[in-house]
Amino acid sequence: MAQTVGGGRNKLWSSARLAVADISDGAVVLVGGFGDVGVPFRLLDALAAHTARGLTVVSNNCGTGERGLAALFKAGLVSKACASFPSQSGNHHFKAAFDRGEVELELIPQGTLAERIRCAGAGLGGFYTRTGFGTELADGHQTREINGVRYILELPLRGDVALISADVADEAGNLRFRRSARNFNPVMAMAAGLTIVQVNRIIPVGALDPDDVHLPGVFVDRLVELTSP
Amino acid sequence: MSPKAGWALDEIAARIARDLEPGSCVNLGIGMPIRVGAHLDPAAGVILTSENGLIGIGPPPEPNRHDPDVIDAGKGPVTLLPGASVLDHADAFALIRGGRLDVGVLGAFQVSQRGDLASWRRPTEPLGSVGGAMDIAVGARKRYAVMMHCDKSGEPKIVQYCTYPLTAPRCVNRIYTDMAVIDVTEQGLVVREIHPGLSLADLRAVTGASLLPLAAN
Repeated sequence: MAQTVGGGRNKLWSSARLAVADISDGAVVLVGGFGDVGVPFRLLDALAAHTARGLTVVSNNCGTGERGLAALFKAGLVSKACASFPSQSGNHHFKAAFDRGEVELELIPQGTLAERIRCAGAGLGGFYTRTGFGTELADGHQTREINGVRYILELPLRGDVALISADVADEAGNLRFRRSARNFNPVMAMAAGLTIVQVNRIIPVGALDPDDVHLPGVFVDRLVELTSP
Repeated sequence: MSPKAGWALDEIAARIARDLEPGSCVNLGIGMPIRVGAHLDPAAGVILTSENGLIGIGPPPEPNRHDPDVIDAGKGPVTLLPGASVLDHADAFALIRGGRLDVGVLGAFQVSQRGDLASWRRPTEPLGSVGGAMDIAVGARKRYAVMMHCDKSGEPKIVQYCTYPLTAPRCVNRIYTDMAVIDVTEQGLVVREIHPGLSLADLRAVTGASLLPLAAN
């Protein structure tokens, strides 16, 4: 048999339910997506049914309607949310949990959220940014002037688990994303101890040209195809 | 008594569209700013970008023809022009903070006379949403704020000092409202243009900071 990257280590999981079953209470879960685009709905629905409690979710938004993140808030499974834009319309389950005092919110500027996650994935200890300087979101942050510009220190944000949505994967876990569904997914996939990906379509290893891979499979632990239960 | 004359939202958007340099790279914020896109002259080649990684946004899609994976910062459906490209979120904000974004058009609750911007939380609400506004406010080479001149209760939104939490201090270069176009300068707020139905005195009556007339030179 011809040699392939990863030697055919099996990353394919037969169901979303099994793929998320070992997420434990109190886990920090990075969740890809922006609005409803690029959100790993299947994995989130499985997580809501699995009922790990006291989760910290890191996501740009806090879910809309009844599915996905909204289902986690509805089920009372989240104790903290790290987000840049939690107050979008249709977020009634997050809003209710926030108003009841069940959920702590860490509001993070969107670019800082993305860069803190990137920083964790890149093995860095933090970064200085102008974003937020002179605002209440800089409270408690170290500041520093570099070449006459004032910055605040931001620290990496790492996940125990990343729940990711991608368009195409090969069996080695190499991923391609589609249009604005890419958003936070690649940086989050690089910044967690366990990266679980729901994917529209899985193709044989070698079917993706190396130059066309958006995220190499070394960052991917588990794949669930959307046709799976 | 507040004057009634004012531009409609699409007239404000068209005014902003005219001020965008051909070929410039522009980010339109959620709310009023996003309207600007529909008023751009395609021949001007303004490059519309979105914080969620799209570069080269085109006109809105035809009804029932939208691609669910192609949305802008306001989560509404958009299209991509030939030559468009996609970045992940970290790189999309590298573009914003790194000096490649020529203009950021931002919605606002308040703007102060020295250009402080407040746009992400009303003091009466515990829950705010900052999105990409703080990054765009420090990262774009020029920052335009767009808002109604007064709030719903008639209070001025251009003020000496912001009473709402800041998005960024000293960042706004120009303010577009339904009543005027005002530049933030070292000397203070300079009225560049005023709705034809209003006098400078009318405008001053609904503005919470000093306004300077455009120097006649």
